Amino acid sequence: MSLNKFQIAQRISKELKNGYYVNLGIGIPTLVANYIPKKINVVLQSENGLLGMGPFPKRSDVDPDLINAGKQTITTLNGSVLFDSAESFAMIRGGHINMTILGAMEVSENGDIANWKIPGKMVKGMGGAMDLVSSSDNIIVAMMHTNKKGESKLLKNCTLPLTGKKCIKKIFTDLAVIEVTKNGFYLVEKAPNVSIEEIINKTEGKIEISKKLKDIEI
Amino acid sequence: MINKEVKDAKEAVQDIFDGSTIMLGGFGLCGIPENCISALVQKNVKNLTCISNNAGVDDFGIGLLLQKKQVKKMISSYVGENNEFERQLLSGELEVDLIPQGTLAERCRASGAGIPAFYTPAGFGTEVSEGKEVREFNGKSYILEKSFDADFAIVKAWKGDTSGNLIYKGTARNFNPMMASAGKITIAEVEELVPTGQLDPNFIHTPGIYIQRIFKGINYEKRIEQKTISDESK
Repeated sequence: MSLNKFQIAQRISKELKNGYYVNLGIGIPTLVANYIPKKINVVLQSENGLLGMGPFPKRSDVDPDLINAGKQTITTLNGSVLFDSAESFAMIRGGHINMTILGAMEVSENGDIANWKIPGKMVKGMGGAMDLVSSSDNIIVAMMHTNKKGESKLLKNCTLPLTGKKCIKKIFTDLAVIEVTKNGFYLVEKAPNVSIEEIINKTEGKIEISKKLKDIEI
Repeated sequence: MINKEVKDAKEAVQDIFDGSTIMLGGFGLCGIPENCISALVQKNVKNLTCISNNAGVDDFGIGLLLQKKQVKKMISSYVGENNEFERQLLSGELEVDLIPQGTLAERCRASGAGIPAFYTPAGFGTEVSEGKEVREFNGKSYILEKSFDADFAIVKAWKGDTSGNLIYKGTARNFNPMMASAGKITIAEVEELVPTGQLDPNFIHTPGIYIQRIFKGINYEKRIEQKTISDESK
């Protein structure tokens, strides 16, 4: 069985370590916040100016002056801090964020990512994604393995305009956990009851299989 | 202290001219200068170049200026959530410069801080770096980005005093402080305007030196784009 987006988020949550400052992108990455292990302390950064992002507010506590980067109403926590956009991206470019989790339209076997533009069709902009991927050593992607047409999103080369070059270290999909190495994609975990052949067929880029390949545990 | 108070938004924006380059604070609809945007719509000033992280939604924020075709060019990092914007962009009526959010913030900050240009890693190897100088430092590549040159900056704060000192609330701070420092003329609208001396100097975010005009705004709508509520049954 392939994983659903909640299970992908749940698997990613195991990558978090105690003391991490983490930036979560929109989509599946946002869901990771629901599965942070209780034993560890992780601080979520929202690039519009908040460290220590809390859960959605109660109806009576909704504050239009307190939103996350997805423009959703949120709350602060004990120890939260608010700041401006220049300070926020100083933290990001300065390498102070320990992990960034992003969605993607395409990732290439050398770690390039495309997630901001489909020429002639969709022009929404890159937001903070280019700053984030250019600045940390720990950038991971959460996405479906194929697009809506069933085409691979793990490519030899990205076809869409890039967000960043050679920056993705690990990819978590509905089918697999894949590392990006200098030899291309490296399959380290697969969804239970999904065959290696299916993953190879749905991966356009070069992929090697780990000798220690195991099933994804959630 | 110098008194910078003006009567209202209409007076504050009276000399904004056709073809001006204007910075507008805010992230999404959070912390946007609602009163001044309305005054610009009423004044019907045209051919504006707007520097703002987002372009509002169809019927609010900068979307109101787009609706009346007052904007010639938008410089932003993210412009989803706005159908009229997308229509004008795809039909070629509107020029758009999309730039990384951190670069947008830093180009504003640099402008106010007297830094003409700076190197950033954001966008290296993408179409953002096309035509820009690339330089390597310690084995990593960076692109040269220039500071902005804005005729006016319009910001929104929570509290201010008549000297122009400002305090923001929540994440409504966002781009407002660096834009405040970057306008040749900076206009601040605030929810609460107090006499000089009433704000604790320890807790002021934007020093009044950057502000030329300040007024107390009225009727803030503070529209929410995505009202997300926690499950209270738990």
